[in-house]
Amino acid sequence: MSDVTARVRKIVVEHLGVEEANVVESASFIDDLGADSLDTVELVMAFEEEFGIEIPDDSAENIQTFGDAVEFIAGATAAS
Amino acid sequence: MATGLMSGKRGLIMGLANDKSIAWGIACALAEAGAELAFSYQGEALKKRVDPLAAQLGSDFVTECDVSDEASLDGLFATLQERWGKIDFAVHAIGFSDKNELRGRYVDTSAENFRTTMDISVYSFTAVAQRAAAMMPDGGALLTLTYYGAERVMPHYNVMGVAKAALEASVRYLAEDLGKDGIRVNAISAGPIKTLAASGIGDFRYIMRWNEYNSPLRRNVSIDDVGGSALYLLSDLGAGVTGEVHHVDAGYHIVGMKAVDAPDIARG
Repeated sequence: MSDVTARVRKIVVEHLGVEEANVVESASFIDDLGADSLDTVELVMAFEEEFGIEIPDDSAENIQTFGDAVEFIAGATAAS
Repeated sequence: MATGLMSGKRGLIMGLANDKSIAWGIACALAEAGAELAFSYQGEALKKRVDPLAAQLGSDFVTECDVSDEASLDGLFATLQERWGKIDFAVHAIGFSDKNELRGRYVDTSAENFRTTMDISVYSFTAVAQRAAAMMPDGGALLTLTYYGAERVMPHYNVMGVAKAALEASVRYLAEDLGKDGIRVNAISAGPIKTLAASGIGDFRYIMRWNEYNSPLRRNVSIDDVGGSALYLLSDLGAGVTGEVHHVDAGYHIVGMKAVDAPDIARG
């Protein structure tokens, strides 16, 4: 889990150009981290690439915060 | 790659979104071969993505253009005219449809989205050709992007398939009209590539896996593959080629049925 958290955080920090300290569990990509709608699609694509997983559209729509992303990816990687 | 093939040539890239874009593969191949590039984008969200990419290829020539607005197109070409006087090529990597209609049935397409899709994905290339040709006194080359869904039914491609069929037909008519002036017009029909735009197409991952398992080369194509073919069509290597829809799809378009060695795949 912590490994997933660190890898997801690294992607978010690099993609959105935000401070690592701001990427907390409850941080909303759009409201707190300044992402636009294209960023959210790009982040999902980056997560898929990094973790070799598939994030279906309906799941992607529910990934609003950093915590949501970590939770989904941890679940998806544990299952595979 | 072929350094110098595009030395002294200048052109416009329309439709770059990020470093996964097919337009980026094309831009990199052209820049590497010595071309000088200008870029157009639509909206601030894309500007912040295009600016750094253009800079990476040594270009600071980035201009806004909404292809659904003729005045905006005029403005873009006036800017090109002012700065360069003439151009040698233009790449049109633009399409649009409501993503809600890129799943489910084609028969349910709305009139409004049909018109918007045709306007932005088809007419805009002709509108660009009109203006670009006027800036090509020594001849030149135009390139657009299409997909196999224009020729055969592909899942979920729907109204975009109809639009791409019209786009391919317009490539042929434009090639005839502009050929006398030494202007070549071609399209690349690329296999599925995971771009920002492709994220709007239903079951896209399934389509990609199917192509990987069933294309003669048993792989998907990359934006660099498309870039190489675009370089050929836009440079003097392709001097005798016009009106062509060139498939860069690992050969998928020649296949008649599922490969016997292709595994069954879940829809997922």
